[in-house]
Amino acid sequence: MSAWLTLFSNALPALLDGALITLQLTGVGLVMGLALGLLAGLGRVYGNRPLRWLSVAYIELFRGTPLLVQLFLIYYGLPGIGITFSRMDAAFLALGVNSGAYQAEYLRGALQSVGQGQMLAGRAIGLSRWQTIFYVILPQALRLVIPSWANEPVALLKSSAVAFLVAVPELMARAKSVAAQTYNPIGAYLAAAVVYLVVVFLLDQFMKYLERRTRIPGLDAEGTRA
Amino acid sequence: MLLEFFQYIAEGAAITVAVTLVALPLGLVIGLLLALVHVYGGKWLSGLMTAYSVVLRGIPPMVLLFILYFVFSGSIDLSPFLAGSLALGVISSAYQLEILRGAILSVSGGQMLAARAIGLTRLQAIRHVVLPQALRLAIPPWANEASIVLKDSSLVYAIGVAEILRRAQQLSAASQQPFLAFGSAALIYFVLVFSTNRLLDLLERRTRIPANPYA
Amino acid sequence: MSQPVLVAKNLTKRYGKNTIFQNISLTVQERETIVIVGPSGTGKSTLLRCLNLLTHAEEGQIWLDGVEITAKGYNEDRARQQIGMVFQNFLLFNHLTALENVILGLRRVKKLSHEEARLRATRELERVGLADRSGHYPGQLSGGQQQRVGIARALALEPRVMLFDEPTSALDPELIGEVLEVMKQLALDGTTMLMVTHEMGFAREVANRMIFLEKGGILEEGTPEDLFERPQNERTHQFLSKIGDLHGKKASKA
Repeated sequence: MSAWLTLFSNALPALLDGALITLQLTGVGLVMGLALGLLAGLGRVYGNRPLRWLSVAYIELFRGTPLLVQLFLIYYGLPGIGITFSRMDAAFLALGVNSGAYQAEYLRGALQSVGQGQMLAGRAIGLSRWQTIFYVILPQALRLVIPSWANEPVALLKSSAVAFLVAVPELMARAKSVAAQTYNPIGAYLAAAVVYLVVVFLLDQFMKYLERRTRIPGLDAEGTRA
Repeated sequence: MLLEFFQYIAEGAAITVAVTLVALPLGLVIGLLLALVHVYGGKWLSGLMTAYSVVLRGIPPMVLLFILYFVFSGSIDLSPFLAGSLALGVISSAYQLEILRGAILSVSGGQMLAARAIGLTRLQAIRHVVLPQALRLAIPPWANEASIVLKDSSLVYAIGVAEILRRAQQLSAASQQPFLAFGSAALIYFVLVFSTNRLLDLLERRTRIPANPYA
Repeated sequence: MSQPVLVAKNLTKRYGKNTIFQNISLTVQERETIVIVGPSGTGKSTLLRCLNLLTHAEEGQIWLDGVEITAKGYNEDRARQQIGMVFQNFLLFNHLTALENVILGLRRVKKLSHEEARLRATRELERVGLADRSGHYPGQLSGGQQQRVGIARALALEPRVMLFDEPTSALDPELIGEVLEVMKQLALDGTTMLMVTHEMGFAREVANRMIFLEKGGILEEGTPEDLFERPQNERTHQFLSKIGDLHGKKASKA
């Protein structure tokens, strides 16, 4: 046990460096996913036919295939048709596009649970369809989506680990080199696991804090009185 | 030429499915057991279960896969295929634990009361009243977990198993057609995931209890 | 007599193979209060929603202040900016306070400045007796309070006519009174109102005209006295006396 603790404290600086990259990957992926998720979610529920089809295709394809495959397709596959990304960019893109598909589904659920009545009420005072979506439905949907969305940052953080397979120097990759240096793979990956646990815990707490801060009294999942 | 391409990668699908078919049931058995312990086992035991769940769900599957792989192959000398599948099973058990726990808790309160009231023992009540309903209630989220395990099986690429992705990579190197190779891999995965979802939809409809407020 | 505010001619609404109502025509004069009554499921709500174009009738035409709003190319949002609607289940904007609910239309539809909108909204809330609740969210208000905010929200846009779709049907009995009070005052102030309701006492007291809708058509229409004292149809008498027993003043025997 004490041997492992020594390993842990020695490896910590490198692991923390990797953790920083992991957080970077998570952050960029989250923001990209937010933008894509918003577009695809709205497009899926309120778009015209072609927009809806595009959104469905995007959502189904990227939720229906593994992230690792998507990453390889982007980093190794695209150069075959002339589009090349650096490993970091490929990782950002894969994480972002993947996350966007899931976020689109969360948003879709929230948009649909805001309910038709709110659309009626908005139109009844003379707002146009998109005005109603923007000023009435979306603000409520964004509040409603928070509980399910709150899982996304943590999920992204965990899935970022696959980036080490394209040699992105994030946490998992650092653990691998520690493993090679110390000839103690189990110890090294356990050390990484501990760092992941701490970061996940902190992120989780932050999400819970956000949830509390944005709560509207009386507004729950059905948009009716609590 | 395209056909041979596809065929070669598709053979990897058999391995992918095999990994899933080992991991998923393993996760179910462990998850169900632990869920029951969590709900009915008293404070100390449920605390333990919570720890199990939090730890295994707080670490990326990739990391856990590596740890468990080295543990399994080190101690028992298992093939990467078996070590990987077992590892994925253990990881999934934590998520299935949460799903089943939620389903059992939704059903348990009132139904347990009614069952005890007619003289059934706790064990009988669980077996004949709570579980039949809880398991049906759990099917939709479980179906989601099943497709996650199917997708996560791609991670065993990292420990050298010759599943879809590894084959795609070999083919990409051999043929210098990376887009086609990895594109085919994605397509095959998509077909697998899609079929699994449809199959489980069917299961949900077949086992539905008419007009049941719980499911 | 000046031009009527709202005219509907031969409105027919179908849903699949079912005809909800057919050949409904009605006229609403300025400052009139018209109450529509009838058994449930006769399409009274649907009729109201056709009038402000939230739903479209398959046949028929509607004019607002002489302009045909069912004409091709007419901007429907414009019609809805001049017609107010109050819903049975309030449909307040849940993410906004009472005051903000009223402000939204003033800002986005009437394009008022934030200050002007706030002043007007506060005035409307005072009018329905809820100035002290302006900072509350719908989830924090009782049903009767929510409905009054709904009325204020519609009134604030100064519509040409107010449509009420069973405004008190979803309320607990003890909360109905406060909403009816507000509506009575509106009628006295000369608001042009078209209302679907079961509140017979209210209809007798406040309506200028009543319309009895049954089986997809207008069975009878006239003043409240006409319908309650001298109904021309047995069915009218039957319906009004049954409902009257439940909701207030009894119809006298015909």
